[in-house]
Amino acid sequence: MAKVTIDGQTIEVPEGTSILNAARMIGGEIVPPAMCYYTSLETSGGYCRTCMVKVVKGSEKDPRPMPKLVASCRQPVMDGMEVQNITSPEVIEARAGVVEFLLMNHPLDCPICDQAGECNLQDLGYEHGKDGTRYEFERREFEKKDIGDKIQLHMTRCILCYRCVKVADQLCPSRVHGVMNRGDVSEISTYIEKAIDNEMSGNMIDVCPVGALTDKTFRFKSRVWFTKPVEAHRNCTKCSGNVRLWFKGADVLRVTGRKDEWGEVKEFICNECRYDKKSVSDWVIEQPTHVDRHSVISQNHYENLKQMKLDTQRIKAKLPEKKTNGNTK
Amino acid sequence: MQSLTNRKKVVGKKEMTWVEKLYLPAILGGMRITLKHFFTKKATISYPEQKREFSQIYRGMHVLKRDEKGAERCTACGLCAVACPAEAITMVAAERKKGEENLYREEKYAATYEINMLRCIFCGDCEDACPKESIFLTDRIVPSDFERNEFVYGKDKLVETLENPIDVSIRQTPEVLEFKKNKKLTHNR
Repeated sequence: MAKVTIDGQTIEVPEGTSILNAARMIGGEIVPPAMCYYTSLETSGGYCRTCMVKVVKGSEKDPRPMPKLVASCRQPVMDGMEVQNITSPEVIEARAGVVEFLLMNHPLDCPICDQAGECNLQDLGYEHGKDGTRYEFERREFEKKDIGDKIQLHMTRCILCYRCVKVADQLCPSRVHGVMNRGDVSEISTYIEKAIDNEMSGNMIDVCPVGALTDKTFRFKSRVWFTKPVEAHRNCTKCSGNVRLWFKGADVLRVTGRKDEWGEVKEFICNECRYDKKSVSDWVIEQPTHVDRHSVISQNHYENLKQMKLDTQRIKAKLPEKKTNGNTK
Repeated sequence: MQSLTNRKKVVGKKEMTWVEKLYLPAILGGMRITLKHFFTKKATISYPEQKREFSQIYRGMHVLKRDEKGAERCTACGLCAVACPAEAITMVAAERKKGEENLYREEKYAATYEINMLRCIFCGDCEDACPKESIFLTDRIVPSDFERNEFVYGKDKLVETLENPIDVSIRQTPEVLEFKKNKKLTHNR
C-alpha cells in the first residue's frame, strides 16, 4: 500500500495505482478531468494532457519534487507522494492552456451537435477553460467520410483522444480503423474506406468524449436534455445486456452503455442491443438513471424519492458512494 | 390596530335621519362622481385603429429571423425550449438535404417549431438563450382569437417572410452589434 496526499487529503491505495485513480477514490473537486484516459481500455491515457497535476514531493525516500507537471492518468503513486491539483495555480493555468489548444480546431457547432449536453469537452471548457479564443486562423476541415449507416463521423470535432482506436483494437476481433496522417492533419479513419460492421463497434460512440462519433440512428432525433434515461437489461448472448435507455415520451430513442460518474462505460454493449432493440417490450426496466443535478439532463427529470433519500443520507453521513448505480454527469 | 391610510370609516348601527332616509343626497352624490368621469381622459384607446407608443424594451410576439441570404437561422438546438420557464416551446429537428442550403443556414434545422402563446409569459429568456440570433421578441401584439389551439403558433406565423423582414436591431445590445462586425468568425459569415 502507498500513502498519497492529493490537495491535502491523504488516502492509502494499492501500489501501482495512478494518481488519477487515487484522486477518484477520494472523489470530489480534486479529481483531475480526463479526456483520453478510459479505465476499461488498456494503454489509454497520456494524449490529452488535461489531467496534469503537480507533484511537490516525489516519495518518502526521494522527497524531491518532479520538475514538470505530470499526466496523472499515467503516473503511478509512490509512498509518501504529495500532489497538488486545484491548489496549484500552475496546474490551473496549464489546464486552461490545454483546453485552449483542444478548442483551437474544435468547431463551435454545439447547437447542431448531438453530443451537446453530455459532452466532456463542453464540461471541460466550461469548468477549466478561458472565455475567449486567441486563434485567428481557419479551423481545420476534412472531407466528409461515410463510415457506415450506424455511426456518424464528424472529423472536425475529433480531439484525437485515441479511445475509439483502443476500442477497435481491444474489443473488436479485427482492427478496422486507426489514426491516419500526422500532426495537424491526422484523422481517425476506416482502413481502406471499410465500413465498421463488427459486433462491438458501436461502443466507439460511447467512448468518444466529443461529438466526433455519434449514433446515426439517433441523429437529430432529440436533444439529450429532452430525453429521459432509465436503466434496463435484457438477456443478450453477446454482451451483458445492461444498458441505459433514453426515452422521449413512450419511445426509446437511443440505447447506450451505462456511463458512471466519470463518464466511463464499464460494461460494453453489442450492436444488436444498441441499434436493433428500440422497443420497450425488448427490455426489463429497472429504475430511472441517477442524474447529477448540475447536469442539463436533469431538467424536468424526477427520480424516485427512495434513491434521493438514500443519497441525502449518504451525503450527511459522508459515506463513500455505492458503486452499483452509475451516475451520469 | 393603527390605520395605515386614515381613510377608514367606522360603520355604525345608529338609525338614519329623515334626510338620509330619502336617499336623494346619496344618489346625487353618486351621480356627480359618474358625471365627472364623462369629462376625464379615457384610459383606453380603440386598438387597432389607434396604437400606443411602445417602450424600446417591449416584449411581444416572437419572430424567427432569416440571415442576410434569406436562410432560416434556427438550428433547432433546443436551448430556447430548455430556457423557457413556461415550457411553451417545442420543436422537431431535421437534417438539411442537398440543395436546401439557401433555405436553412446550418445542416440541422427546425422542421416544426411551435410556441404556445397562452403558456408564454413573454420573459425573453428564449431570446437570451439563442446562440444563433434566431428568435427575438418584437413589438407586435399577439392577436386575440376564439379557439385555444389557434394560439399554438407554428413556423408559418413565426418565421419572418422575405418580403417583410422584421427589424430587431433595437433588441441587440451594442456589444452584439460590435461582435457582428467581425467577419472572421464563422457565426457572422
